[in-house]
Amino acid sequence: MRKWNALFTVLLLLFAGKCLHSFVEWAFVEAVWRPDSGACRAAAGACWGFIADKYRFILFGTYPFEEHWRPAVSTLVLVALWVLSGLRIFWKPGLAAIWAAGLLAIGVLMWGGVFGLPYVENERWGGLILTLLLFTFGVALAFPLAIVLALARRDGLPALRALAVGYIELIRGVPLISLLFMASVMLPLFLPAGMTIDKMLRAQVALVLFAAAYLAEVVRGGLQAIPREQYEAADALGLTYWQRTRSVVLPQALRIAVPPLVGTFIGFFKSTSLVVVIGLFDFLSTVKVSLNDPKWAGFGVEAYLFAAAVYFAFCYAMSLYARRLEQPR
Amino acid sequence: MRKRQIAYQVAAAALVAVAIVWIAANAAANLAAQHIASGFGFLGRPAGFEVGESFFLRYNASDTYLRALGVGLFNTLAVSAIGIVLATILGTAIGVLRLSTNSLLRVLCAAYVEFLRNVPLLVQLFFWYALITEGLPPVREALEPLPGVFLANRGIFFPTFSGAPVLQGFNFAGGAALSPEFAALLAGLATYTAAFIAEIVRAGVLSVRRGQGDAALAVGLTRAQALRHVVLPQALRAIVPPMTSQYLDLAKNSSLAVAIGYPDLVSIANTAINQTGQAIEGIAIIMLVYLTISLAISALMNWYNARVAK
Repeated sequence: MRKWNALFTVLLLLFAGKCLHSFVEWAFVEAVWRPDSGACRAAAGACWGFIADKYRFILFGTYPFEEHWRPAVSTLVLVALWVLSGLRIFWKPGLAAIWAAGLLAIGVLMWGGVFGLPYVENERWGGLILTLLLFTFGVALAFPLAIVLALARRDGLPALRALAVGYIELIRGVPLISLLFMASVMLPLFLPAGMTIDKMLRAQVALVLFAAAYLAEVVRGGLQAIPREQYEAADALGLTYWQRTRSVVLPQALRIAVPPLVGTFIGFFKSTSLVVVIGLFDFLSTVKVSLNDPKWAGFGVEAYLFAAAVYFAFCYAMSLYARRLEQPR
Repeated sequence: MRKRQIAYQVAAAALVAVAIVWIAANAAANLAAQHIASGFGFLGRPAGFEVGESFFLRYNASDTYLRALGVGLFNTLAVSAIGIVLATILGTAIGVLRLSTNSLLRVLCAAYVEFLRNVPLLVQLFFWYALITEGLPPVREALEPLPGVFLANRGIFFPTFSGAPVLQGFNFAGGAALSPEFAALLAGLATYTAAFIAEIVRAGVLSVRRGQGDAALAVGLTRAQALRHVVLPQALRAIVPPMTSQYLDLAKNSSLAVAIGYPDLVSIANTAINQTGQAIEGIAIIMLVYLTISLAISALMNWYNARVAK
């Protein structure tokens, strides 16, 4: 038995080593790093020159070229806000103020129009910052809705419970793409004549409605984990339903729900990439559109490996964080 | 108290009703202003567009919208069903191998799971599609990994009972072919979902207490018998419910076909919406079909779960 295992390990090492070797040959040894498409087409290896040539468009989309520092700084601010929110010592009411200040700064930077910054309409926003903003606002706006839905489903009156269950199951039963199509082609029909909302906002509405249903189920899981004695103790103190929910039940339920919530956030972060189908310039879209340049057509493998690496960095960081939360301190 | 509760409920129901009426009135006014018809009458009219490929149903551009949507539905069902089978086989293998005694194998399987789970499916689909259409050689220089099976940038060609693929002019004739779109979608769905299934299978096997396997060996069962009769039946109880939601996700994720041009239900409904302008009906059809598929998978898996949980 031992002998077979050793033999198997050697065979596996040989196989994995061969795969790794040809990947390294392709991705590094034979690769072209200069932004020179002629050299790329002649080379046997990967063409990272494509990324070198297009990285500004991939990161910032159609945002005015001289102003690229603005989305760059905004991206860093937004990532910093998320990192801060992950640290336990910042889990205090003051965190909301930090977020408000950070988002205000991002709004000023991205739109401009004040402090001598030229105004940039949000149709021109794109790239990584758009992905991060769709994710951030999706989570931020879906969360209160999710809590309401979870409370209604768990201890609402029959009619409210039926509405919550119907909403959650409907949204979870259909693909996100159908919600995005709905937001992009149906939402304009539902508004009174003359009233329009732009494409970015429509996509955001669909993402919020989608995320709320999934987050509600996670919050409900947290609510179910609260022992009955907690409710009884709160009732014995004479608290009303809202006092009990706000001060006793929700703080505990949300704390329990943090690790699965991070898991849902990862799924949602990945899902924001679907806005490519309704023509929004998020990070995946800018990668895809870069390939339309005839100079760089046919380097899709490199382009999507790069996109995969960036998404992986964000998602893997979140999943390592979730794993650390689950370990007993 | 009781009166107030009833009042709340009536108020909530009334609010929803008012919102629906308001939306419907706006929609009716907008549709009338844009001269867009409503109702499902368009289903009987000729669709007038070609569809790249079709499972089971014959179709040409003079057929009706209803038939076109039927083609889309069968395409969705085909890729979902084959995807579920492949993802289950691959995912179970990886999940079990993550528990192997060989540490190198464990590490490789863990890396697979971590990498595939943390990259959006859509990126993976674009990657597979690029790999097939750009990475594979043209038809004349097609790779032949197994006798009779050809890989080329125009698709994957393999023999059937009626014949084998033969190079004729610019393409293969005979045998069966998978288009690059179908192959990319299937590969993406199966490998992505397999990563999630692997975690479920691993957790399921770990949930069976160690003593159960040891006891089975102690009463003289072989390792295979112990797995088959003692460990697996118990593991299945923990595996089937989360597996159901993976199958549901796979079926819903097959709608990403629209992004790489595989003519699934969503993609054909989207074309129909663009041609007729009847967005409400088109999206209602998509949602109804997916809700039905979701319910069917849930019902099937609940029935299976009731059998294994006995």
